[in-house]
Amino acid sequence: MATTNYKENFLNGIIKENPVFVLLLGCCPTLGVTSSAINGIGMGAATAFVLVMSNLAIALVKNVIPDKVRIPAFIVIIAAFVTVVQLLMEAYTPALNEQLGLFIPLIVVNCIVLGRAEAFASRNTAFASVLDGLGMGVGFTLALTLLGTIRELLGSLSVFGVKLVEADGMLVFILAPGAFITLGFIIAVMTWLKKRKPAHS
Amino acid sequence: MEYLVIIISTIFINNIVLAKFLGICPFLGVSKNTSTAVGMGGAVIFVMVISTIMTYLVQHYILIPLDIAYMQTVTYILVIAFLVQVVEIVLKKVSPDLYQALGVYLPLITTNCTILGVAILVIQNNFNLLESVIFAIGNSVGFTLAIALFSSLREQLDTADLPEYMQGIPAALITASILSMAFMGFAGLV
Repeated sequence: MATTNYKENFLNGIIKENPVFVLLLGCCPTLGVTSSAINGIGMGAATAFVLVMSNLAIALVKNVIPDKVRIPAFIVIIAAFVTVVQLLMEAYTPALNEQLGLFIPLIVVNCIVLGRAEAFASRNTAFASVLDGLGMGVGFTLALTLLGTIRELLGSLSVFGVKLVEADGMLVFILAPGAFITLGFIIAVMTWLKKRKPAHS
Repeated sequence: MEYLVIIISTIFINNIVLAKFLGICPFLGVSKNTSTAVGMGGAVIFVMVISTIMTYLVQHYILIPLDIAYMQTVTYILVIAFLVQVVEIVLKKVSPDLYQALGVYLPLITTNCTILGVAILVIQNNFNLLESVIFAIGNSVGFTLAIALFSSLREQLDTADLPEYMQGIPAALITASILSMAFMGFAGLV
């Protein structure tokens, strides 16, 4: 019984409650950095790290924090881990850090992180919280990578930086309007698939 | 002249929502009707200008002299959260009317990434205090403009006959895309 629960904790964030496509949380980095697949993965990994670590920390200290100040306390914990990520990325992946720029410090105000802290980590065990963070993080990364791949493919006709055809793509998909329209269509397809399913089974 | 360039470029060319992708959550969440959208915009203008001044002062008179600039993210978010609380309490006492209009949006603003984003951008761009204030005004007005335009489009969208799977968020995102394309027309204005 316990094992299936843990599995559920992990899988929940990937499909059923995918933070981007289903919950629509954390849209700013989703749209802002996904002009290529690599950026999507980088941003997803950074967010996943913060999610896992802050979920773990919050689950461990939740009994010590008075209920009234829990939100500010959560934000400080999250901000601390974001600073860790910021310093690590500056040191080890300066090029990616340059690309993602402002969106790394903005993980602090990403609704997914605070949302999971409040909705899950503050009332579950440390292990379950880590799994939940990991699932949400992976779901977020997958969503960003999918969006990044589509935009990169249409916008510059390349996948993960490898040029497929020597020609110019539709530049608009790299620019701002492409981000909105791609996410709009992905969500429409998801909804369509979900609506269709019951009829089949 | 230089200040005018900052204002025009932040409102139209590099619009914070449609070109820089900050504040998408309130942009999608609080744009179902125009009056709430304008209310949210007003609250953002108010808080962004004050918080940019505060974080600018904190950066230059506390963080840099103490050589702890790496604490930027933690400090800023605390300053902003604190400020939003103070603004809420002060408004309630001083101007109940304004509080009535902006009150419900204030708590949402702590997690609005435009506020933290602009505070950090100001430092990255090495602006002085006056430039920072102008930059904050431009960006928050840009946010208000975008969300007000978008909400009036969405009000029309509600009456449109769309396929079931396009209703709501997908249609809103595609509308946002077209709006953002329209704003691209301003490129090269300055």
